[in-house]
Amino acid sequence: MPAVKAPTSLRRLFDEIGTVDQVGIEERVAKFTTRSLKKKSKVFGLRLAVSMVDLTTLEGKDTPGKVASLCQKALRPHDIGDIPPTAAVCVYPAMVKHAKKHVGGTSVKIASVATAFPSGQAPLKTRLAEVHAAVNDGADEIDMVINRGAFLSGEFGRMQDEIAAVVEACGQSTLKVILEVSELETYDHIRAASFLAMRVIRPGDFIKTSTGKTSSNATLGNNQVMLEAIRDHFLATGVPIAMKPAGGIRTAKQALHFLIAVKETLGDDWLNNGRYRFGASALLNDLVRQLEKERTGAYQAPWNFSEATEGY
Amino acid sequence: MSHRLLITKTPKCYVGGAFIRSESGRVMALHDASDGFFANIPQCTRKDLRNAVEAAARAGPGWAKRSAFNRGQILYRLAEMMEARAAELAEAVALGGASQAQAAEREVAASIERVVHYAGWTDKYEAILGSVNPVASAHFNFTVTEPMGIIGVIAPDDSPLLALISLILPAITSGNCVVALASNTQPYPSILLGEMLATCDLPGGVVNLLTGLRSEMVPTFATHEHIRALSGAVNAADRKTLKMGAAESVKRVRLLKAEEPIDWFDDKMQGVEEIRALIEFKTTWHPVGA
Repeated sequence: MPAVKAPTSLRRLFDEIGTVDQVGIEERVAKFTTRSLKKKSKVFGLRLAVSMVDLTTLEGKDTPGKVASLCQKALRPHDIGDIPPTAAVCVYPAMVKHAKKHVGGTSVKIASVATAFPSGQAPLKTRLAEVHAAVNDGADEIDMVINRGAFLSGEFGRMQDEIAAVVEACGQSTLKVILEVSELETYDHIRAASFLAMRVIRPGDFIKTSTGKTSSNATLGNNQVMLEAIRDHFLATGVPIAMKPAGGIRTAKQALHFLIAVKETLGDDWLNNGRYRFGASALLNDLVRQLEKERTGAYQAPWNFSEATEGY
Repeated sequence: MSHRLLITKTPKCYVGGAFIRSESGRVMALHDASDGFFANIPQCTRKDLRNAVEAAARAGPGWAKRSAFNRGQILYRLAEMMEARAAELAEAVALGGASQAQAAEREVAASIERVVHYAGWTDKYEAILGSVNPVASAHFNFTVTEPMGIIGVIAPDDSPLLALISLILPAITSGNCVVALASNTQPYPSILLGEMLATCDLPGGVVNLLTGLRSEMVPTFATHEHIRALSGAVNAADRKTLKMGAAESVKRVRLLKAEEPIDWFDDKMQGVEEIRALIEFKTTWHPVGA
């Protein structure tokens, strides 16, 4: 149920799109973690997950050198075996031109966060300029943050106008709209924000859970709320919207749970990196580690996968 | 209060500082000397072993960074915890009927003494094993020891407490972490030992104790790349499996023959040589002015 003092605009929206049954969602996603994936299907899932990773580095200490090694890792996640490249690298706008040198002309795309990531608290003009700069430097994909302040105060028109302005600024580049679910606070709000975003973006654009910069990130629960929003939107309009959970997905097992959610909610059409992505950095190591375990039959040590190994 | 409800204990394995059942949900029925049902012991699997290695990996750096003196304090406290429950430990050792009550008490006493023995070694082995080396150049050349990382321990069936603890202690004395598989036939003392490890200030994950079938776990001990050394007493077939796997994953192997009688009470089964077997040496060449 919407909060008692929900703005009129929000109540009107819920009349249209319906609210979320929180207990139902959580029971549903708990089931996803009980599926048994073994052998061939596990390898299929792990390889698929690798191909869906947006390998990310979003730190103040990023350097062109660090981005270069990130790009090499995205192109060739492991030196042995035939592990596929990741979907994209995800960097700050200033790093786009450095990434371009390494992955330009390959299957690995360059995604750039823009619009005053992660807070989004900058004048619209500045945010759009940032998007233009990233696109001009060669970003194939733009990850924007929504104006949570506008959403929470019920100014949906303003929020949607801003997204529409960014869509226009993107040109040919794909857009990913970050809802920052942890700041939306309820499943109802996540569903509402998903619909508002989906109505102004293009087919094949993404909605994305979070920036990874706040305390809580992508969970199976809020992933499921967004997947169901995508499904309902698709059934009503025929427009396919893609999805990207980001932040907090660190293990291969978690990634498989998310893929099961996709498979059982949206079906096979969404099981490719055009329609589903993982925003992650540590996840890739664990995926490769588990794939190596399947290939060799032996549990692997972390030092084979560029992980920190202090003390060993 | 004439009719108290019977309160039976669910034995659980001590892994990562927590008491767990096997992820498989399987158990092995354990019987006492008169063949009556005693308890269900977790039958751990290779996945439990994998989880235990992850727990050991998390605990490792912190344990290795503890001061030698602090490690000694913690080991001594383990002896204190065992001393307080020595009678219960003796009952557990005598449970299968393989040893008489007196022999069980002797085994517990020897185990506690062994803990104290290694508690004393924590701040002394470095002085004996490390060295300053004479070299023919303007260098200060010295060798220090470092723990290897995660040590896999496979205990024999006999001497279920003394053998297990004799294998674990030299590894953790120098800052290694241990994933140990307890006696197949007499696993209950390892369950009690886990409860004492949990209350002796030893950080969770430094020692992980599994119970289960050796035949199911040995191949994973052999091949797991994160385990840096194997220490135990096993039969010929298992020695072969462990050596083959260790050759593939390049780990150190230190195995006694379980088919021959081993005198775990012997003073030769403890000491600095046991510690030396599970450490790495690092030699540094430091330039000095001529």
